[in-house]
Amino acid sequence: MSPTAPRTRLFLVDDHQLFRSGLRAELEGEFDIVGEAGDVDQAVAGIATLTPDVVLLDVHLPGGGGATVADAIIRRGAGETRFLAISVSDAPEDVIGVIRAGARGYVTKSISPADLADAIRRVRSGDAVFSPRLAGFVLDAFRGDLPTSIDPELDQLTPREREVLRHIARGFTYKEIGVRLNVSAKTVETHVSSVLRKLQLSSRYELTRWAMDRRMI
Amino acid sequence: MSATSATHDPRDATGTHDGASPPGPRRYRLVIRSRNDRVLTGTAAGLAEALGIEPLLVRLSLAVLTVAGGTGIALYLVLWVLSAEPDATTPDQAVRERPRTRQIAALACIVAGCMLVLRSTGLWFGDAVVWPVALAAAGSALIWARISERLPGNPVVSVFRGRISPLRVAGGGLLIAAGMTLFLVVNGTLASARTALLAVLVTAVGLGLILGPWILRLARDAGEERRQRIRSEERAEIAAHLHDSVLHTLALIQRSDDPANVAALARRQERELRAWLDHRPTPSEQQDLRGAVDALASRVEELHHVTVDTVVVGDAPVTENVGALLLACQEAAINAARHSGSPRVSIYVEADSDGITAYVRDQGAGFDVNAVPADRRGIAQSVIGRMRRHGGSATVTSQPGQGTEVQIQLPRAAS
Repeated sequence: MSPTAPRTRLFLVDDHQLFRSGLRAELEGEFDIVGEAGDVDQAVAGIATLTPDVVLLDVHLPGGGGATVADAIIRRGAGETRFLAISVSDAPEDVIGVIRAGARGYVTKSISPADLADAIRRVRSGDAVFSPRLAGFVLDAFRGDLPTSIDPELDQLTPREREVLRHIARGFTYKEIGVRLNVSAKTVETHVSSVLRKLQLSSRYELTRWAMDRRMI
Repeated sequence: MSATSATHDPRDATGTHDGASPPGPRRYRLVIRSRNDRVLTGTAAGLAEALGIEPLLVRLSLAVLTVAGGTGIALYLVLWVLSAEPDATTPDQAVRERPRTRQIAALACIVAGCMLVLRSTGLWFGDAVVWPVALAAAGSALIWARISERLPGNPVVSVFRGRISPLRVAGGGLLIAAGMTLFLVVNGTLASARTALLAVLVTAVGLGLILGPWILRLARDAGEERRQRIRSEERAEIAAHLHDSVLHTLALIQRSDDPANVAALARRQERELRAWLDHRPTPSEQQDLRGAVDALASRVEELHHVTVDTVVVGDAPVTENVGALLLACQEAAINAARHSGSPRVSIYVEADSDGITAYVRDQGAGFDVNAVPADRRGIAQSVIGRMRRHGGSATVTSQPGQGTEVQIQLPRAAS
């Protein structure tokens, strides 16, 4: 990020005042924090008026949860606003729920401030952010073949995407993956974005069943 | 009926003596049908309640009178019309005292009298049917009258444990047998083919008389008992689980003043609780790969105070060879925890149609793979050697300053 580029406008959504303060203190140096909210209604109203670049979205919120917020904003036309989900939990129901609602990435609250800032930058630039756990969930959900799927292209991962996800699940950064697979970090990003798109749009029956098995639905 | 209602019963609040009852139209009915002791409508039990005797005696009497030209059915219908539904103020089945012999004898006399009257008026199925049935019914009453309500538990067990006088059982059995024999002898003039059929029928009826009340009672109690048992078992299981897991961990946390230790305990507990809520087996009893990897991670976290991130894709049963793969993973993770200096270790395990592949990775110091002294047995023996023995393989990738990754593989054929 060059110093002349406009600073990313960030909106914080978390029901714990203390956690919001902590985030603000950590991130203020690099980002413009234009607003914050503690529940779903405040969040939807605030994001709609302020149109931030990135919303850091807590998964568990009074009044419906982070998925409701993302869903409401995207439904009324999100513009350039992108969502990065953050939660103490990396339980599959939380992760998949908010990603399906349209979030561009998912990180846990144990993430280091530097990694979080990096994730926000990446989401801002249109890229997807996968934690190892999320990569594992996606691999798990998209296992095997499904002959009767409605859109086979959407419902399957290419071998390359699978390989990239596997590396993320093993704990590698995009840069490391690029080096290992002999491609640029940008190509890795493209694969990850395409996986995210498939995850969000897939009508895959197995994804539903997989989610039900884990009591998400 | 006049004979029994004359024996004054001070407990009787069900309507025959309306003077003591609160006012209300229902209170003046002859019989309040029983709410919780019903075969058809509770009329028989209600009558028994009013008379202060066993419901079974009333039912058997009605059955005998039914054979006598269907009078029993008519009587039942009349009683049903005259009786009233129980209302909210009716007490649930009052505790009955032992029926007095006098009352039982009176009832028997009434039934016998009715039968004689009916016989003389011609409302009769014939001596050959009615008397044997009456005998058998009396036998059943003798055995079961005292059992059906009073004794807890299985009545058959009660018989065998001697809680019911053997004399009573023997006498009742004898009466039933006599009834059956009488029936067979009297009908002996029938064609032999029909006799055989009849014998089977009679035996069935006899068995029904002996076992009927018990089966009835079992059917009534079984549902409620099962519900209660399931409820209490579920509760006990949840209580046991919480005690073994959460309470235990909380106790450990209170005693511990090392933050790293507290965090490890809390993480392990969280992982266990999640597995339990997801209906996965708990690590101590798990049979699948997912649970086993979680358990392994917990052990390493507890022993070495590092954070172990696990990602498992797919699942597989834990066979002996898969167990070896898990042990190799654990050894690699312990190695990473002890030597890499990294506070985090990642374990990734994927099971698919080709087999199982596991990666154990840290982002710590790393080392020169070729420069490891020959006496360092950790990786060579516990990981590479173990996998080779079990039909798998393992490779170590590391460079100083770049972390270490151990890749462990077990082909499908070996797993």
